[in-house]
Amino acid sequence: MRSKPILTVLHRLAILAYVVFALFPLFWLLKVSVTPNDLLYSEGVRMWPSRTTFEHYSFVIAHSAFPTFFKNSLIVAGSTAVTVTILASLAGYALSRFNFRAKYWIVALMLITQMFPLVMLVAPIFKMLSPLGLTNSLPGLVLVYTAFNVPFATFLMQSFFDGIPKDLEEAAMIDGATQFVAFRQIILPLTLPGIAATLGFVFTAAWSELLFALMLISGNDASTFPVGLLTFVSKFSVDFGQMMAAGVLALIPACLFFLLIQRYLVQGLTAGAVKG
Amino acid sequence: MASIDIQTVRKSFGAFPVLHGVDLTIQDGEFIVLVGPSGCGKSTLLRMIAGLEDVTSGDIQIDGKRVNDLAPKDRDIAMVFQSYALYPHMSVADNMSYSLRLRRSAKEKIASAVGGAAVKLGLEPLLERRPKALSGGQRQRVAMGRAIVRQPKAFLFDEPLSNLDARLREQMRAEIKKLHGDLRATSIYVTHDQIEAMTLADRIVAMHGGIVQQVGSPLELYDRPANLFVAGFIGSPGMNFFEGRYLVSGDHADMRLPSGTTLPIRKRDGLESGSAATLGIRPEHVILADTGALEAAVDLIEPTGFGIIMHVTVHGIPMKIFTQDRRMLTPGPAVRVDLPQNRLHLFNGEGKRVD
Ligand SMILES: Nc1ncnc2c1ncn2[C@@H]1O[C@H](COP(=O)(O)OP(=O)(O)O)[C@@H](O)[C@H]1O
Ligand SMILES: [Mg+2]
Repeated sequence: MRSKPILTVLHRLAILAYVVFALFPLFWLLKVSVTPNDLLYSEGVRMWPSRTTFEHYSFVIAHSAFPTFFKNSLIVAGSTAVTVTILASLAGYALSRFNFRAKYWIVALMLITQMFPLVMLVAPIFKMLSPLGLTNSLPGLVLVYTAFNVPFATFLMQSFFDGIPKDLEEAAMIDGATQFVAFRQIILPLTLPGIAATLGFVFTAAWSELLFALMLISGNDASTFPVGLLTFVSKFSVDFGQMMAAGVLALIPACLFFLLIQRYLVQGLTAGAVKG
Repeated sequence: MASIDIQTVRKSFGAFPVLHGVDLTIQDGEFIVLVGPSGCGKSTLLRMIAGLEDVTSGDIQIDGKRVNDLAPKDRDIAMVFQSYALYPHMSVADNMSYSLRLRRSAKEKIASAVGGAAVKLGLEPLLERRPKALSGGQRQRVAMGRAIVRQPKAFLFDEPLSNLDARLREQMRAEIKKLHGDLRATSIYVTHDQIEAMTLADRIVAMHGGIVQQVGSPLELYDRPANLFVAGFIGSPGMNFFEGRYLVSGDHADMRLPSGTTLPIRKRDGLESGSAATLGIRPEHVILADTGALEAAVDLIEPTGFGIIMHVTVHGIPMKIFTQDRRMLTPGPAVRVDLPQNRLHLFNGEGKRVD
């Protein structure tokens, strides 16, 4: 690396190009959200408006149902992330450490659930949830999201457990722990990166899910924010400024969340990749 | 402290048999070394004693009590792993006290036990460190410390020194021996290193292919190996073997080698004249003498400082000689050797020792 400065420069430029490419839509989101309505179409394509405003933000926060959507999303994504991570940790540990008769079939079944296009499942799920009173409700959404995220999260957690040497819990068991105590006191603390990665992954997936939120929920009370965004599209126009402002606000929890777990996440993604 | 009784214990992984009926009685306070080549089932046997593997059939008793179905935590044993298996998120002190904390021992008792172990192993300055800030040798000591903080019924070691460099290994070997001298705890020590086995053991259990080949004191195994495997495994450099036929004529006997050479040997009962046999002699027992009966072509000289390992060929058969005669550093193309009769080992066609 160090011997070829040209290569290093090219490498950095390539990364820069990628970052710009990936972040440009976000920048545009931000730009439109602070552009006053009267400048939106009149100024042509500019990188930054000649005048900026926060009126879209104040409108969205004060006069729209957006705070409700936001709160709903937070509840749904948060509960889903926590539930899935707990289930996936236990299931992933079992798959990683235990040999049991139906293991092969359970894994196969979990993989199969990942193969169907979700659209196919909307109708049957609606049919099932409706008599249970779980349509149009946040717990219903949490249930569906949990069901869909558990298999992948389980495989993710399993790969983290696989990366932790078996010797550790064997040592703990000889030291006097039961297998569950060894799991809780020795293995789990070492899997924090994996748990953070799983939490983050599931949280974002649930946070931005649209299809089921749209199909299972009607009415603003239980709408999550992706559905809520659609309310900015009226029959005659799209209020881009407000929509973008809502979008920027919706990014905040996801960003905060990743900021919180990023310390574990970087460790975790690499640890999971190398796998002991 | 306790005795351990292993009765016709077998182990299979699925349909794959690993241990074929092991019988072994270990006395209270004894230091037993399980030795054998990699894959012979030493770790499996040790892990079965620890309760980490199920017993396929047979019984394991600790202190006269059958433990086949007891969880590891209820067997009251301590184990040192080859990987050390230190808890990475705990300090050295917490690593050592974990077993006592699980038993909810009193704080003062924990402190004194950890302190005592730390003094014994020279770990006092390291107690607050995390394992990843320790060298290999220090980690090894912590693993030992974790085992000795409580007084378990037995200590199990699974190749505890094999990740250390040679110098450190030597040093720790002596320390383990000293520690055993102090604690007099029943210990089972697994290694593939025959020097470790010879130096540490009260009794060695030599294993091969999931079968116990010989049990005995280190010198018994060295002086009277029960079969070809033990003969070849114990000792370094390894024993020389000559295959041939055992022939009796009157009241003395000969070994006839394929080349036609005959070597006079002591007559043994229990081996028929004309049967296939293998003769063995240790490199350090071959005598170099100008009057020697056999001529040996010199192939290679390996000086070790302590002595010289000579690779020679006798009647087309490769052989090693160990000598401390420095003149042998420049021996010329051939030397003459004698194979003293009282140093010869004889094994029958099945590889069993005949006396
Ligand atoms: N969990 C396992 N599943 C299947 N085979 C195993 C397992 N553990 C060990 N073995 C096999 O058992 C044999 C003995 O292994 P081991 O006791 O570890 O040998 P050693 O410690 O003497 O080197 C080896 O052939 C190994 O492949
Ligand atoms: Mg082993």
